[in-house]
This record gives sequence, structure tokens and C-alpha cells, in this order.
Amino acid sequence: MNQAISATAEIEPAESPLIPGGSGKLGMWIFLVGDAMGFGCLLAAYGALRFYSDNWPKPMDVLGIQLTAVMTFLLICSSLTMVKALAAIRMGRPKAMRNFLLLTILGGTLFLGIQAYEWTHLIEIKHITLTGNPYGSVFFGTTFYLLTGFHGAHVTSGVIYLTYILIQGLRGKFSPARHGPVEIVGLYWHFVDLVWILIFTFVYLL
Amino acid sequence: MAEKEGHQTNYMGVFWWLLILTVLEVSVVYLPLGRLVVGVLLVGMALSKVTLVALYFMHLRFEKLTLGLIALTPLVLCVFLTLMLLPDAS
Repeated sequence: MNQAISATAEIEPAESPLIPGGSGKLGMWIFLVGDAMGFGCLLAAYGALRFYSDNWPKPMDVLGIQLTAVMTFLLICSSLTMVKALAAIRMGRPKAMRNFLLLTILGGTLFLGIQAYEWTHLIEIKHITLTGNPYGSVFFGTTFYLLTGFHGAHVTSGVIYLTYILIQGLRGKFSPARHGPVEIVGLYWHFVDLVWILIFTFVYLL
Repeated sequence: MAEKEGHQTNYMGVFWWLLILTVLEVSVVYLPLGRLVVGVLLVGMALSKVTLVALYFMHLRFEKLTLGLIALTPLVLCVFLTLMLLPDAS
């Protein structure tokens, strides 16, 4: 549709940008595409190291996948509450939006708490570190902490970002006509969920 | 296609699918199946989940096609990197 308009009109109308939501939304998409490339590089490096390693331990024997399944469940739930928050403000229900945002923050915080517990357990009990792994290849620990750590840093940023948006919401800054920032933080949060789906599969299950 | 402000997405439906696929993923690793079969099933289910999140939670289904293509570029890069890195790893 956009191409058709560009072809027929010399000046592209101001109301037909790539994303009708505005420049903030486009900015977030550009950031996410770049960030996905960062994760892609880490995952590709992980795959290459693992493929040619002859003593890579079976992840489910070393890592607790039941606990990680709970973490996955938490992130999926928080993605649901995030879309519900956006739907609420679009329908003019700011109180419901605030409650859903609070639940999303709670989900992210619980995720981080469980991850901190998992890391502590792996480092102190199983002695898997960035540079050491008694169960096999040393790169198992290196790639594990790099991937889950990079993702955990994203969750932490997401929780801070969501808290900022919640404070804005408490100040009554959002309405059905002005819900852009809620949609943008949602894009970021769903991306964090999306990346976890891949990490859960490639690092823990495969 | 421009985003339709009035679009109705069944978010609970997407949520249940994500949950079912997660349960299936965790179950598959305990089944007495070949490594390749488990791998193909796991990657298939993970990609299905990623697609669901991107299309419905991130509303890509309701955005312009160009944005969807831009969102796909990291995937292309990832496949390219993997193919480039594999021969190097030895």
C-alpha cells in the first residue's frame, strides 16, 4: 500500500509512515532489530562452539529444566499481562492498565529472583563458572552465563523501564488517545520474552 | 497493511497456545526419541512460539509488510553467521 502511494504521489503524505504509531515505535523496532542481531551473534557462537565440542554435557543433566520451565511460564504470563495493560488503556481503563503493568513488573522481578537463585546454585554447588566446568567443556559455562546474563540484563532494564511507565501511568499521563509509550514498552517486553523462548530451547532443552 | 486500532486479538488464546507448546517442549525431552527427532520438534515448537509472540503480542500481523520484513532480517543474519561459523569451529 505504501509503495502504491509513493508511486502515485510525488510527496509522500505525512500520515503514511512505515509505522502509523509514530517515530517512538519505529525507534524501538530499529533498536530491537539491532538487539536481535546481538543475541543472534551470541547464539550462533554458542552453536558453533557446541557443535564441534566432543565433551559438551547434556544440558538437562546439569541445569534444572523444571525451574527454568517455571521461569518460562512467568515470562509468558508477564507478556499476557503486558498486552492486557495496552488493551486496557486503549479502552480507557487506566486503573486496569496500572494493575496489569504492576503484574508484569512482578513477573519480571520473580524471573530475576529465580535466575539469581539458579546462578548461585550453579556457581556454589555445581562449580560451573565462566572459566570452569567440572561436567565437560569449559565453554558450556562461558556461553551459558553470557547468554542468560545478557538476557537477564535485558529483563532488569525492562523492569526499570516498566516501573517508569507505571509511574507515568499513576500520574495520569496515558489515555486512549495517548497510549504510545505503553505500546513501546510492550514491544520491548515481548522481545525479551521472545528471546527467552529461544534461549530456553537452545541452551536448556536441546 | 496499516495497524487497525479496532483489531480484536484473542490474547488468552495465544497465551494458552504458548503454554501448551512449552509443556510439550519440556515433555519431548523426556520421550525415548532420537536426538535428531527431538531437535527438529524442539526447534519447530520454539519457532512457532516466537512467531505467535511476534505476530500477536507485538502486533506484527497488523503492521505493514515492510516492518515484518525488517523484523526478519536478524533471523537471516543469524542463519548466515551460523553457516559462516561452523567450518571455523574446528
